[in-house]
Amino acid sequence: MNFAFSEEQEELRRTVRQFLEAKSPETEVRRLMETAEGYDTSVWKQMGQELGLQGLAIPEEYGGQGFTFIELGIVLEEMGRVLLCAPYFASAVLAANAIMNAGTDEQKSALLPGIASGDTIAALAFTEPSGKWDAAGITLEATESGGKFTLSGEKMFVIDGHVADLIVVVARTAGTSGTDGISFFTVRGDAEGLTRTSLSTMDMTRKQAKLEFNNVVAEPLGAPGSAWPAFSKTLDQAAVALSNEMMGGAQKVLEMSVEYAKVRVQFGRPIGSFQAIKHKCADMLLEVESGKSAAYYASWAAAEDNDELPVVAALSKAYCSEAYFHATAENIQIHGGIGFTWEHPAHLYFKRAKSSEIYLGDPTYHRELLAQRIGI
Amino acid sequence: MDFVDTPAEAAFRAEVRAWLGEHLRGEFAALGPGNGPSDETGWDVRVEWEKLLGADRWVGLTWPKEYGGRAANVAEQIIFNEEYTRAGAPTRLSFFGEGLFAPTLIQFGTEEQKQRFLPEIQAVEEMWCQGFSEPNAGSDLANIQTRAVLDGDEWVITGQKVWTTLAHRADWCFLVCRTEPDSTSHHGLTYLLCPMDQPGIEVRPLRQMTGSSEFNEVFFDGARTAKENALGPIGEGWKVAMATLGFERGTAFMSSQLAFEGEFADILRIAQKNGSARLPALRDELANAYAGLQVMKYNGMRMLTNLVKRGDVGPEASIGKLYWSTWHKRFGETAMSVLGADALTVLRSQDGDYEIDDLHYIFMASRAETIYAGASEIQRNIIGERVLGLPREPR
Repeated sequence: MNFAFSEEQEELRRTVRQFLEAKSPETEVRRLMETAEGYDTSVWKQMGQELGLQGLAIPEEYGGQGFTFIELGIVLEEMGRVLLCAPYFASAVLAANAIMNAGTDEQKSALLPGIASGDTIAALAFTEPSGKWDAAGITLEATESGGKFTLSGEKMFVIDGHVADLIVVVARTAGTSGTDGISFFTVRGDAEGLTRTSLSTMDMTRKQAKLEFNNVVAEPLGAPGSAWPAFSKTLDQAAVALSNEMMGGAQKVLEMSVEYAKVRVQFGRPIGSFQAIKHKCADMLLEVESGKSAAYYASWAAAEDNDELPVVAALSKAYCSEAYFHATAENIQIHGGIGFTWEHPAHLYFKRAKSSEIYLGDPTYHRELLAQRIGI
Repeated sequence: MDFVDTPAEAAFRAEVRAWLGEHLRGEFAALGPGNGPSDETGWDVRVEWEKLLGADRWVGLTWPKEYGGRAANVAEQIIFNEEYTRAGAPTRLSFFGEGLFAPTLIQFGTEEQKQRFLPEIQAVEEMWCQGFSEPNAGSDLANIQTRAVLDGDEWVITGQKVWTTLAHRADWCFLVCRTEPDSTSHHGLTYLLCPMDQPGIEVRPLRQMTGSSEFNEVFFDGARTAKENALGPIGEGWKVAMATLGFERGTAFMSSQLAFEGEFADILRIAQKNGSARLPALRDELANAYAGLQVMKYNGMRMLTNLVKRGDVGPEASIGKLYWSTWHKRFGETAMSVLGADALTVLRSQDGDYEIDDLHYIFMASRAETIYAGASEIQRNIIGERVLGLPREPR
């Protein structure tokens, strides 16, 4: 048994942290969150060309670096730590995994190298205005006519859907329900009949779009009608990836709280010497470390692609979401009035935490999934 | 990251499994896992079982070979605990002797002391109890007032210890006494080893909310022990006591998570049978308990990996103690919710008796777990000050 990162993995973390501290300081996060695109194209290019981050966990035969989900988790944790504004989660996690899970060899060869290099930004469109995160939420219809598929319907909360060159869409064959008749399709971001509208997101550091499909011609990704297992796995992988990203942010706010508690003096002593504050920090550490244990273990299960993945994905999403939100909320309380201002970064993490908690389904939803998956 | 046994570990696992398969039979198998270190059910049979374990050196698993141990590494220790718990073998009797005292003795004892005490622990001929807490030294453990003075070649001990688990079963007590009369706080304390069977010691049982009496008050009134029965330097007992507490918070409870898995399976079975597993609020609570339990396992694996790499569990052990005790307390409450109206009655509460089933035991006994071995508030202080580096409270 060895539950620790290797020296090479720690080196990767140091490299990525150094890069992100230089390229994504708070000033950049604040600049980018006010833009429509929400990311910096030159930083995105450097991530792809200098560090190969977009293709980190894509196999070498498809233009990636061929590392595992464990390395991907490390990178996401570091991105969460600095609230990196970039379409990484959408492209390298959601869309890339959907393609790897569902695509034919030919499709993978055609689609993945662009994602791996960063030349293509991809997004995954699955949630609809109903806000459901499961198969039942998929109602956008795919119609076949003369060997050609067209899509009609609406997708919501599509992360980075407004800037994506390539959109992977989850659709349903007319007359099916539940997990039957689910298909993946790909469409170009500028496809005819597709209307994209940026949403006013609570968390300004992560952009979302509404996508309206009006008879948009689409290419099937994998076999039409039987994509549920690949989609379900994509959702589990996304939950694991997001868990890791959340723990990076949680660790950062814990550090902010502890630093502030050491220097802020009231009643003639640092507030961190009061048990009321000290015990809050201790509880945060317990939850942050526990969340990391869950997220790292989930990364391992995703890397192994073993039977444990569905259980640990639901488990880590539920646990890490609550740990992250609690940490960001306590961070505001420990900072007092300054923590409530726009100028202080506490609210950026607080909003990211709540959005991440709800995205892919809230903790109650994931505990119900967990209950089903362990046979409660 | 790797969660698979190496060939050597797999061989060790097979050896443990084979031994348990061969020996855990009849009245020993019938005992079942019981309820933790203070449970006295089936005591005499468990003593016999423990002697079997000792004879084949499963007691003293981690001790150096020269003291009769197997010098097992951390991975082997975990494997033994996993197999032992999975087999449903009885709760170990030797928590205080083997779990707390022996590692302290190995770290601080003289060669003579190790030769004198370790074989008797392994043979289950001598049982130990822990004399730390006093009426005015609970969370403020350094406020110890039990005194010991040298009279010729003997220490003479006067004072009172409390919450002394299984003192009525123990042959020896390891206790911390004030040996420098005008000293205060953690200065001037000495860690002494004292035989229990003597006129100067009186053990009075304390009845707990569970109805049973595993705790005691121990009164020392001129109790005597030989001069050489001081462990570690005279006046530096605090350091030795802290090592014992480190073992108590760290590795001693390593297998708790496995025992909790058994408890979870029991409650889940009841919830499925009585229909409470179909109630949304209870499904959520049960799934939450399961998630918490798995996270406890992952935390343990990370902590043990650190232990292997760094050689000690460090103050992070406080996270483990705070975590499992908090989890178990809530789990006890979940158990009552699952029972529903059946929680209203216990096995017997008439004519002076108070007998409870295992689920009520978890519900009640878990209240003590966030208090003993350093209350949760103390654990949070340790985490805040020693892990996060926050300033100490002015004292």
